Amino acid sequence: MSAATLAGLVGSALVGLGLYGLIVDPQPLRKILAFNLIGSGVFLVFGIVARRGAAAGFPFDPVPQAMVITGIVVAFAASALAVALILRLHEETGQVLLDAEPPAERPNEQEAGK
Amino acid sequence: MSVLQALDIGLALLVLAVAVWTIAAAEIFGAVVAYVAYGLLLSIVWVRLFAPDVALTEAAIGSGVTGILLVTSGARLNSAGKASAAAPPRLSLRLSAAALAIVAAAALAGVILTLPDPGPTLAPEARRELAATGLGNPVTAVLIAYRSFDTMLEKIVLLLAVVGVWSVAPDRFWGGAPAPLGRANPQGALVLLEQTLVPLGILVGVHTFWVGADEPGGAFQGGAILAAMWMIVMIARVSEPPSVNSRWLRLALIAGPGVFLVAGVAGLGMAGNFFAYPDGFAKPIILFIEAFMLLTIAATLPVLVAGPPRRSPKP
Repeated sequence: MSAATLAGLVGSALVGLGLYGLIVDPQPLRKILAFNLIGSGVFLVFGIVARRGAAAGFPFDPVPQAMVITGIVVAFAASALAVALILRLHEETGQVLLDAEPPAERPNEQEAGK
Repeated sequence: MSVLQALDIGLALLVLAVAVWTIAAAEIFGAVVAYVAYGLLLSIVWVRLFAPDVALTEAAIGSGVTGILLVTSGARLNSAGKASAAAPPRLSLRLSAAALAIVAAAALAGVILTLPDPGPTLAPEARRELAATGLGNPVTAVLIAYRSFDTMLEKIVLLLAVVGVWSVAPDRFWGGAPAPLGRANPQGALVLLEQTLVPLGILVGVHTFWVGADEPGGAFQGGAILAAMWMIVMIARVSEPPSVNSRWLRLALIAGPGVFLVAGVAGLGMAGNFFAYPDGFAKPIILFIEAFMLLTIAATLPVLVAGPPRRSPKP
């Protein structure tokens, strides 16, 4: 198995891992981490597309590589925006979890105050 | 099995193990540290894919700057005394999520194993026009010449992210400065690091940008290194994050896309096409655009990490 195929399989495993973390972990920062794992897995898959496009004396196809570089920067910008929203949400509501459970099942601060 | 193959498999296992730790670590801080290590290991994988430009970007932005962002925001969440004691998710949720994840990963792996051979490629086209750009690094040529419109729009996405981050500020803080990145009394070792590393780092950042025309590197990678240097200065509290209505900061934020757009429109007049560069002048124009992009990236990344304004504006 070539290094490129191996890297592609690692990429697909990373997408799976990140997807699991994104769904299961209720802490928003860790959801962002998991989302970044998915992202880097997708980039890696794209990276092997670049590697397989080796031609004309280049060991890679430069077009997908350039797209991955812009992708990494945009992924960071999206993470920064998500972090700002989470910190603001925390400031407004005191809430630090993005939970799948319906809010009625846990003691709600606003209702307790009524 | 050759030595290189054994190393590849070892590296793949290491990346996956650290990625599992990122998801499974009990503390958010541990998870972020694992994520930074993961990014660095991943950049070695990128080198193995003959993608040194991507490896540099992944190490600097994917792992480094994202790591700082998550560490500082994790500290802000924890310092509010609300360190989350999350109830563990239900077993049924975990099982169905695991099943979904396995299906997604298996489908992707199946696609990778059945990719057409040889793969489709634009490398011959990139090679053919490379001489006209005067560049030696085809990735830089794609970024600033062949697909320059995409790269310009990507700079605008960064600008939109800054607008988005700033816009979550409470009204009373608008026009003020973000919260400081570091503690009130930085340790001596941190200040020493700042004093010794930053001059060197600035040199490395500018060099990475300059050689990017012909060697791996470029405005993204050099800009990320310069951004890291500015963040070290702010964490050591030698300088504070600038206020959001500081004029020089806003100029630095729009310089990259602005100059890029002006050069693109000028191409309409000088070379007959939007974003066309006149013959013989391609390389100087590309380096000129890249220099402003370097400035914008070096300013944007720390601004995104510092977050929205958190202090009242000075009267």
